[in-house]
Amino acid sequence: MTEFHGYERPDKSVGVRNHLLVIAPIDCSYEPARRIADRVEGAVAVTQHHGCGANEMVINTLIGVGCNPNTSGVLLVGLGCETLTAEILAEGIEKSGKPVEIVICQEGGTLRAIEKGTRILQRMAHETKETKREPFPVSKLTLALECGGSDATSGLAGNPATGIAANMLIDEGGTVIFSEPQEMTGTQDILAKRAVNKTVAEAIRRMIDREEQRMKAMGIDSRFITKGNLDGGLTTIEEKSLGAIMKGGTRPIQGVLENNWSRLDKPSHGGLWLQDGTERDIPSVTHLVAAGAQVVAFTTGRGSTVGHAIAPVLKITGNSETYRRMTDNMDINAGGIINGRETLQAVGERIFNAVIKVASGKKTKAEALGYKDFDVFSRDRAAEHLLGF
Amino acid sequence: MKKAIQIDERDNVATVTSDVRSGESIEVLSPKGVVILRSKSLEVIPFGHKIALADLRKGNSIIKYGERIGLASKSIKIGRWVHTHNAESAVVPTSEFKVEDK
Repeated sequence: MTEFHGYERPDKSVGVRNHLLVIAPIDCSYEPARRIADRVEGAVAVTQHHGCGANEMVINTLIGVGCNPNTSGVLLVGLGCETLTAEILAEGIEKSGKPVEIVICQEGGTLRAIEKGTRILQRMAHETKETKREPFPVSKLTLALECGGSDATSGLAGNPATGIAANMLIDEGGTVIFSEPQEMTGTQDILAKRAVNKTVAEAIRRMIDREEQRMKAMGIDSRFITKGNLDGGLTTIEEKSLGAIMKGGTRPIQGVLENNWSRLDKPSHGGLWLQDGTERDIPSVTHLVAAGAQVVAFTTGRGSTVGHAIAPVLKITGNSETYRRMTDNMDINAGGIINGRETLQAVGERIFNAVIKVASGKKTKAEALGYKDFDVFSRDRAAEHLLGF
Repeated sequence: MKKAIQIDERDNVATVTSDVRSGESIEVLSPKGVVILRSKSLEVIPFGHKIALADLRKGNSIIKYGERIGLASKSIKIGRWVHTHNAESAVVPTSEFKVEDK
């Protein structure tokens, strides 16, 4: 049984990092939030840019991120007049049992808010120092998968090798989630066949059908293959989409995790899960983290520099040239599959081992560079209503 | 010796890992790295494109990633290049929707 070394939280979830999270519920108070975070070791500030209305999809996501075990404590820095209040987020995050405190800028201005916030956060940082990494089975680990900047090597090396690592994690009781329904176009039958039951099969079909309808409403045929795809050797839409979804491996699909105005689902048990999310890389990673993922494996062909505020993002490329050019950003070169030096199985095992090492504290390249990417995704509620969803 | 990779053991096509000329010898590797087929390419196959690992009849499923990625639209001999000239989607025929020049 493979183990990783993480931090146990009050709700028995296990973090792979010990971040202190400073959330500005609305971007009006992001600047003081950032300045507070800059003053305390291990702290990171995040916000959202969807306005200060009480958008439940945004609220659910921020609460999910606050509850993620990679954060040991949360400070909310509100402006004071927003409808999406710090109290709403505090109430949701407190359920995880971790310390949550609030500072309001309108009570005494920026400087007092920074002083009060810094004192609170410094105390949290001091108390957090006492938590130690302990061994846990990988059944406590949720791996999120994301891809961006794909090329002809993605479907041949990076994604299928990551899929082997996903299978290995699931076979040891772990959890894997991936999103980007736009990239599942045309694979309704293939994915539905892998569902654990009829209800899940229907949820998969509904998710992909809706994504196709959204794109159609925007005047885009989501089922297109570009000339570049054809030149690169992709013959059909099934082949194109399979190349992307192979990063999730081949195990049965346990369910579709919703993130909408009424709820944000988290996996209820181990296995492979799909998330009805977005194809935009940074908000997608945030949503996967909001659903509880502690580690992210990110596959790319042409290259990507994305990291995340509270989750380590491991970069995998099947393109040796990209690995060479972007060695600052790439963690794993799966290009050996293409030149015949390594098998898919061997690279898959290497990715699995790297995930365990990162979960136990090894820094990814994005972390070593201090990357703190964060963005929240919200659907357009009016458009969803007009589409009848 | 040129190489092609079979991604799943059930696949009846493999992907070539470099440009292949007509008449060149190709070694097909299984996901575990075992040579499952040595063949001569019957035509030019560009990097990233597929080679047939079995004789396929019109209407047969083309399997890659262990799943059906489409159907043979003509009979395809082992060692032949598999692409839009002899294969078609089972969901949305590639010829039926706009191919965007991107």
